[in-house]
Amino acid sequence: MNQASQEQTALSAPHILEYDYRRSLGPVLSRFFTGLRAGKIHGIKTQSGRVLVPPAEYDPETGEATTDEFVEVGPGGVVETWAWVESPRASHPLSQPFAFALIKLDGADTALLHAVEAGEASQMKTGMRVTPRWAEESQGSIKDLSHFVPEAEGNADAPHPPAEATTDIVTPVHVEYTYSPGKAASRYLHGLKEGKIVGQASDSSGLVYVPPRGACPRDGVPTSREVEVSSKGTVVTLTIVRVPSENIKVELPYCTANILLDGADQSFTGLLQECNLDEVRIGMRVEAVWRDPSEWDYSSENIKHFRPIDEPDVPFEEIKEYC
Amino acid sequence: MAEHAAVIGIGQTDFDAKRVDVSQVGLIREAAQRALEDAQLSWSDIDAVVIGKAPDLFEGVMMPELFLAEALGCVGKPMLRVHTAGSVGGSTAIVAASLVQSGIHKRVLTVAYEKQSESNAMWALSIKLPFSQTLVAGAGGFFAPLIRGYMQRSGAPDDTGIRVALKDRLNALKNPVAHLKLPDVDFDMIANSPMLWDPVRYLETCPSSDGACALVIGDKASATQERSAPPAWIHATQMKTEPTMFAKRDQVMPQAGLDCSAELYKKAGITDPRKEIDCAEIYVPFSWFEPMWMENLHFAPIGEGWRMTYEGATALDGDLPVNMSGGVLSTNAIGASGMVRFAEAAMQVRGQAGEHQVDGARKAVGHAYGGGSQYFSMWIVGDQPL
Repeated sequence: MNQASQEQTALSAPHILEYDYRRSLGPVLSRFFTGLRAGKIHGIKTQSGRVLVPPAEYDPETGEATTDEFVEVGPGGVVETWAWVESPRASHPLSQPFAFALIKLDGADTALLHAVEAGEASQMKTGMRVTPRWAEESQGSIKDLSHFVPEAEGNADAPHPPAEATTDIVTPVHVEYTYSPGKAASRYLHGLKEGKIVGQASDSSGLVYVPPRGACPRDGVPTSREVEVSSKGTVVTLTIVRVPSENIKVELPYCTANILLDGADQSFTGLLQECNLDEVRIGMRVEAVWRDPSEWDYSSENIKHFRPIDEPDVPFEEIKEYC
Repeated sequence: MAEHAAVIGIGQTDFDAKRVDVSQVGLIREAAQRALEDAQLSWSDIDAVVIGKAPDLFEGVMMPELFLAEALGCVGKPMLRVHTAGSVGGSTAIVAASLVQSGIHKRVLTVAYEKQSESNAMWALSIKLPFSQTLVAGAGGFFAPLIRGYMQRSGAPDDTGIRVALKDRLNALKNPVAHLKLPDVDFDMIANSPMLWDPVRYLETCPSSDGACALVIGDKASATQERSAPPAWIHATQMKTEPTMFAKRDQVMPQAGLDCSAELYKKAGITDPRKEIDCAEIYVPFSWFEPMWMENLHFAPIGEGWRMTYEGATALDGDLPVNMSGGVLSTNAIGASGMVRFAEAAMQVRGQAGEHQVDGARKAVGHAYGGGSQYFSMWIVGDQPL
């Protein structure tokens, strides 16, 4: 395979990773978030008497625990420094242009990071006084304090305190990647698109990898020779899965087997179907069942599953080093 | 090895499925403060901090060491973060020990943790990538076939795993911080529990836990100061890695583990580990890994590890007690789990293990593994300096 053909075949696709993490706040931050619901901002005193806002369980300078003395601060404060955001993104706190600012609230010794709505950048100044705007409806998050505005715009009414405390917050994480499986795996996927299983043999040992990884992890030597392997293979070991998994859409229970294809030197995980679960066993001979060619894509899902074939079992001695 | 190093303080949180009473910081500080109290030291006595945890996807905080630096009193001090998958708690302790053994620092605080309740480990370990089909159902889906391979090779009786689980679950009842405690547990309860990943039953697998573990490692001068428990002297540490997948890899009995333990014993001057080691706390997330690791750790010949379980050698009153704390089967805050193993070994030689104390424990092994059995970290601690 020459380099040009490798580059031609490299695949990529979008990959989105997202999850809503739920964070427990513990006693100190819970007090802070619960206060926001009632329009109050709480700090906490360190052993040396400094007031930390937001409150922390520890003094960041020494690592010592803070006291249990909470202090109400603000609601107004002074901008210590700021950065203007001309084109807010979807996840930003405000949809119109705004400033991220470090705000030292009256009575606090540390600055709180929050958003300031000032219309335009020319209205922002280090040292300016700001005052909070509260969310109309509490969500039990930092957004209960919607943002700050220049103090000249006057104080807003604080919301009425709701009954329950805020004890946890949800942090949604959303990351967008462009995923590339790499050249070796791309070659393999091109093979699958044509209904072929193409591995690669190591230049040093000749051991055949399916799927190929571009190099043999034993010695790092490239696997540059392509080898088409059989759709038939042997079960080297297996499990029957009876527990659901969020990312796997196969009906329970199902059997996954470590399958060594004829001509390959490494097993991979395949779904074993069209057989009784109490008949599956080590040494069993199986073959790939392909989807209809019209459905073939650059995907290992072109192989629907594996099924048993009528051939004698392979003795364990012959396969145990692949398990 | 250059300077002597010893464990002089140990702290573990209470472990539970959901520690919703604390923040991540609160959880980690609970362990750290207990370790400092045990060592009779304060934050200002610590020269450096080493943090470990498993994949960041578990809590969704990328590089948590950045925000934890202040919470662990690291301002103006060196701070390192270690990651070697499930073995990380062990390798984190080893990195901390090396900072003392090298003579760089006198007193190092090391903390490892996981707060698994903030997400779902099965989700985080089975991410579906484009072009592929996700078929391996979490760690159980990966390890169950290897257990079946071990059963086939060794011819071990089918109930070996149940016996391991019963022993560990009974030991957990003696450990005040253990997560999963089943006071009425017996052989039948485990045997009749649902099969999850055949041959692994529900009660033969580990829980998901929230928790943290911390150690203070000190130099000779710090270790010989008077305190409520004597030091656990670190005789040897060893780490070894191999790729997860390569042609003809022995996944059941990984070479990296065999080599790691052989080199560990050599460093500690041990020639007959079964005889010279008094107890071992090892990483057994699925019951069958006890006999597998007995062989990998050279406590039993290849193919014979199951006999140790079967004959009661690994019980609390056996000749080589294993997983006195109740093990990973009873408590598994993944990132912390390796350090909990190392801590239990140290507690044993310090005589601090209370109801799960092995009488006269003088040399103990702590062991952790991670990934697809590809990372190994181990240490030997003793009641006297080597």
